[in-house]
Amino acid sequence: MSIARKSVVWGLFAAGGTLSAFLFPAVIALFLLVALGRVPPGLEFANLQAFAGHWVGKSALFLVIFLSLWHAAHRLRVVFHDFGVRRDKAVANAVYLVAAIGTVMTAFYLYRI
Amino acid sequence: MTLKTRQLELEVLRYDPEKDSEPHFQAYSVSCPEDWAILDALNYVKENLDTTLSYRWSCHMMVCGSCGMMVNGEPSLTCKTFIRDLPDKVRIEPLQNFPIERDLVVVLDDVMDKLQRAQPWIIRQDDPPPPDVEYNQPRAALYKFKQYTMCINCMCCYAACPQYGLDPSFIGPAALAMAHRYNLDSRDQGKSQRLDILADHDGVWDCSFVGACSEVCPKSVDPAAAIQQMKVDGAIEWWKQKLPGGKS
Repeated sequence: MSIARKSVVWGLFAAGGTLSAFLFPAVIALFLLVALGRVPPGLEFANLQAFAGHWVGKSALFLVIFLSLWHAAHRLRVVFHDFGVRRDKAVANAVYLVAAIGTVMTAFYLYRI
Repeated sequence: MTLKTRQLELEVLRYDPEKDSEPHFQAYSVSCPEDWAILDALNYVKENLDTTLSYRWSCHMMVCGSCGMMVNGEPSLTCKTFIRDLPDKVRIEPLQNFPIERDLVVVLDDVMDKLQRAQPWIIRQDDPPPPDVEYNQPRAALYKFKQYTMCINCMCCYAACPQYGLDPSFIGPAALAMAHRYNLDSRDQGKSQRLDILADHDGVWDCSFVGACSEVCPKSVDPAAAIQQMKVDGAIEWWKQKLPGGKS
């Protein structure tokens, strides 16, 4: 008997869930503002690009996207289980693979900014 | 003052494994005073209408935990479920997710085994204090785990748990809440020993935090919270074991 490796993905799931619960309402509100043509000062393209260009901004963006991806992946795995799909290993491999590819792509694109 | 009475139509699940090929419902009409609990109605049936009806009960005061059944589809302690809160037609079934032994009696061997695996007792690595010395425990330390001591093993939480229904190898809410009660106890030193078992594959991770266990608990224990806290403990313990210098 030992602690299952599931603890690692659960840790990422929990961290991502906590973070996105705080951040996503704000992100949705900002998107709505921008869609309505009221771009708050500081959210113009140049400012956002400068934010994403600095290593602090890069790190913050990476953390948020990385954790959200793993949160979504683990949540999907649980949803499959709840819907009665009994192929947990295949589902887990598929969803975590997508999250891993997303993580690498995030790092790549952030690096290029 | 005489109490108002109500005519209650009980639909009770009956199953005798020696005679019946599958369970069926039997109807009883019982005139119930408004202050009766469902258990009183069942006792009336047993004493006056049908002596063959089997069900478990003992204390009739929410202490023994043996009269858990499905009342109109909800896992309930029948001594705590009152006629006045129910419609005129009440369906009574054995606790969901368990094999039926007979009528409303279920087989509890699986959860009894799981409760043992949770090691719900104080584990010490150090020598215990001498017999004439008490374990001192500040009040704040007691309040950390006190609610979990209220569990009476009625197993309503297992009947409510969709994960246990899907996969009976999941260790389940009451056993995990009992384990967490000892993990939080300042006198206990067995947390990592318990986590080795309870944070393994069929342990805490199968819980998807539906929270039905906490909703149906007749003693207001919160097993769902215990399980989420144990997941955090399990995740920390994993890193403790894997990081360089951690225990093997």
